[in-house]
Amino acid sequence: MPNLSLFLAQLFNGLALGTLLALISTGLTIILGTLGVLNFAHGALFMVGAYVGYTVMQATHSFVLAVACGALFVLVLGVVIERGLIRLYYERPPEDQILMTFGLSIVIVETVRLIFTGISQRMAVPDWGSGIFNLGFMIYPKYRLIVMIIVVVTLLVLYLVLYRTRLGLVVRAGIEDQRIVGMLGLNVQRTFMVVFGLGAMAAGYAGVIDAPIVSVTPDMGQTVLVESFVVVVIGGLGSFPGAILGGVIAGEIISLTSMFNPAYSQVMLYFVMALVLVLRPQGLFGQEGRE
Amino acid sequence: MSLFSRRGLSLLRGGWRIEFAVAVSLLLAPYILPWIGFNADTMARIMIWGLFGLGFDLLFGYTGLLSFGQAAFFGVGGFVSAYLLVNGLVPNVFAALLIGTLLAAVYGALIGLLALRRVGIYFAMITLAFGEMSFFLENSPLSAFTGGENGLPGVPTPVLHLGFATIALKSGQWNMYGFMAVLFLIGFVIARRIVKSPFGAVLLAIRENTSRARACGHSVQKYKLTIFIVAAAYGGFAGGLLGILQAYMPPDAFTLQTSGQLVMQTVIGGSGTLIGPLVGATIWLYLREVLQHIPDIGALWKLILGAVFVILVTVFRRGICGEILRWGQRREALATNSPGATEVDPPRARSRSPREPATPEASRGSATDDAPVILETRGLSKHFGGVHAVTEVNFSVRSGEVRALIGPNGAGKSTFFKMLTGEHIPTAGEIYFRGDQITAQGPTAVSQLGMSKSYQINQLFASLTVRQNLTIPVLARQRGPFRLDMLRRLDRWGAVNRKVEEIMQLMGLAERADQPTSVLAYGEKRRLEIGLALAMEPEVLLLDEPLAGMSPSERADTIALLQELRIGRTLVVVEHDMDAVFELAEHITVFYEGEKLAEGTPEDIKGNSQVQDAYLGGMDEDELA
Repeated sequence: MPNLSLFLAQLFNGLALGTLLALISTGLTIILGTLGVLNFAHGALFMVGAYVGYTVMQATHSFVLAVACGALFVLVLGVVIERGLIRLYYERPPEDQILMTFGLSIVIVETVRLIFTGISQRMAVPDWGSGIFNLGFMIYPKYRLIVMIIVVVTLLVLYLVLYRTRLGLVVRAGIEDQRIVGMLGLNVQRTFMVVFGLGAMAAGYAGVIDAPIVSVTPDMGQTVLVESFVVVVIGGLGSFPGAILGGVIAGEIISLTSMFNPAYSQVMLYFVMALVLVLRPQGLFGQEGRE
Repeated sequence: MSLFSRRGLSLLRGGWRIEFAVAVSLLLAPYILPWIGFNADTMARIMIWGLFGLGFDLLFGYTGLLSFGQAAFFGVGGFVSAYLLVNGLVPNVFAALLIGTLLAAVYGALIGLLALRRVGIYFAMITLAFGEMSFFLENSPLSAFTGGENGLPGVPTPVLHLGFATIALKSGQWNMYGFMAVLFLIGFVIARRIVKSPFGAVLLAIRENTSRARACGHSVQKYKLTIFIVAAAYGGFAGGLLGILQAYMPPDAFTLQTSGQLVMQTVIGGSGTLIGPLVGATIWLYLREVLQHIPDIGALWKLILGAVFVILVTVFRRGICGEILRWGQRREALATNSPGATEVDPPRARSRSPREPATPEASRGSATDDAPVILETRGLSKHFGGVHAVTEVNFSVRSGEVRALIGPNGAGKSTFFKMLTGEHIPTAGEIYFRGDQITAQGPTAVSQLGMSKSYQINQLFASLTVRQNLTIPVLARQRGPFRLDMLRRLDRWGAVNRKVEEIMQLMGLAERADQPTSVLAYGEKRRLEIGLALAMEPEVLLLDEPLAGMSPSERADTIALLQELRIGRTLVVVEHDMDAVFELAEHITVFYEGEKLAEGTPEDIKGNSQVQDAYLGGMDEDELA
């Protein structure tokens, strides 16, 4: 039987994983909510962020620069993708958008594989992050603890952007009713571009700060993509609080289940998702009647 | 007439034409494709992917359900068959395949029940997540049976006892290809029968316009679940064959890559063509197997494939086979249309027939006053949040009556209609049809009971032909909300086809029979819209603004049509065209701001000062602003 300190440790691990998932899923969910596009390339953008961060870190040994470059690169990539491709798909059925972004993710992953080969890379932990920290109930790598704080702060910033700015107002209005936003004469085109860029940036940014913890491979985005789908289903389409709660729930499920039997941790995640679908198909914070 | 008989002839001649062409291609392929680098093993693999793709194409190409979790069924079928064979539990290869296929179908039913609760984006996400769940189940908790990451080696290859000969199949040899090709052909023939069956027609309707298919009286969910199970069974069967082909069942059968490969192959080859997935698999495996051995380009095969895929989806969404078919159809259409171009008279709504009642007014009023009430609402209300769209409406219509609902825009007429048909669930109140409660039973049940609606905004099955459109409600009428007639030939079902012809004649659409709705003129689309409701042979026909947007001649034709439709039927019409309303209706109900303002004969309503005020906007001065 697991003891209390192990339980607390796993609870904490779950929170660390959960906040990161929340950040990635926030990007996915605001794109989905505002543009109505399910971005299958979201995991690939996460991976691109990690690779840019890794490259910059190798060259400059500056973590701050790595994060800034990773996030900005993916932001620009997101804007290019939106202007070049996604834009052509707003009037098309959601299935077409899924197909295109799915194909796009393959193009991105294979391009990265071509440049960096498929061998997994390790990004160095920044100096201030190396070492461990005693939390009382457990000893925790310092970097992971700091990452958690960074992610929470970022989520707070995102909250302020979404709930305290004009852009955030338009985004949230778009999630409520896309047509009305268009009718009000707001510049939907520009909003879409900015939202897609921001959503992509969230993924890229998460990719960079996650890179020192995991191994960087061209396929690293796939698990992230599927897990963030689960988060969005649990939390509810287009919902920012839903993405956060869903992220934490998903993180805790994976973490706590692996305490009992690691073999079931992923299975359990999808099982809970099925449960949500049966009991509350619109997700915890989703609205009734949206598809 | 000549056109009709020519069509019949070509159908007879062409009944098995496609199947024959596919069989010949499969037979010739081993003599041609090796010249460009294919070997027997690759081609046998293509057959497996083709079979897998047949099920997926039925699901996605024909029904419009994009699943990213088909690997789950491929894996279940594969591992169950392999497990049974490796452990000697079932000695017969075909028995093992059958059990694997059945279990994959059962698994499909379980996942389908959950995933089909949602549509579109959500459906894709959910199937993907269940696919991943299956992968993790195989990978660790069930690894005692599946071998986990190692898979299951030692799957025996079948020995065929054909009576006259015994063939020991061997991987990498042409007899293995032959075996797979025969199985593919069988799968293809079955899939084509499904597509050409009444069941298949309903699948297309669901893809084109799910809510209209439901309103036509089909139990959409049952069709979706059934085809999901069929797709799972195809997947399971193909998975079982993979183990046999390789003498080894690999765990990557369960991965997202497998599901993704299937989706991409189907779209590249052309979804909704059945043969598309096979063509897509040929291209995919060719690039992988052949390109890989060319230095400098080898590593690029997947990048090339991804880029080609993005371009195809963006520009040629129909895929290779789909675009070829379309090109062929266009040529055919051009060839047949050129004499038709000289046609001077635009098709009109029905020819004036002698059985038209000379004076419809003569029968007005007297016939229906003592007829039984067929449709009634009591205290019917619908609120959307704080908006009270309809408030406590008591309403009753007698059998055979023509009733008009009028009122300014936003008065709640359309919402009221949607509650009658079951599209909206009322906030409060009840609806009775022929004395039975039908409140919140849903559009399928209401339509089957005998009440259907033509929509204010056309709800057609857009890329189907006029004939196919009208077949959908006729099928619902003839075979009820659901029937598993997957192998029945729709083109040989005389009763259905005669009924469709009859409605096309009545609606003046016979000359447009085999054209897609997209080429119809507005007035024709409008008549088709009414025809869809009428084809259910409803006792009560609800018409939501049937005259909206019509030209004067189209309007006159439609009014004449409605005069004909009223015979033996109850009509409830929402309409803004007051002249038409006063010409048609025996009674008029006036809605204003969600409430029933007035009711009576046209004469009563004409003289009602409240109604005049409502229309002139003088009712509540302050509410005007």
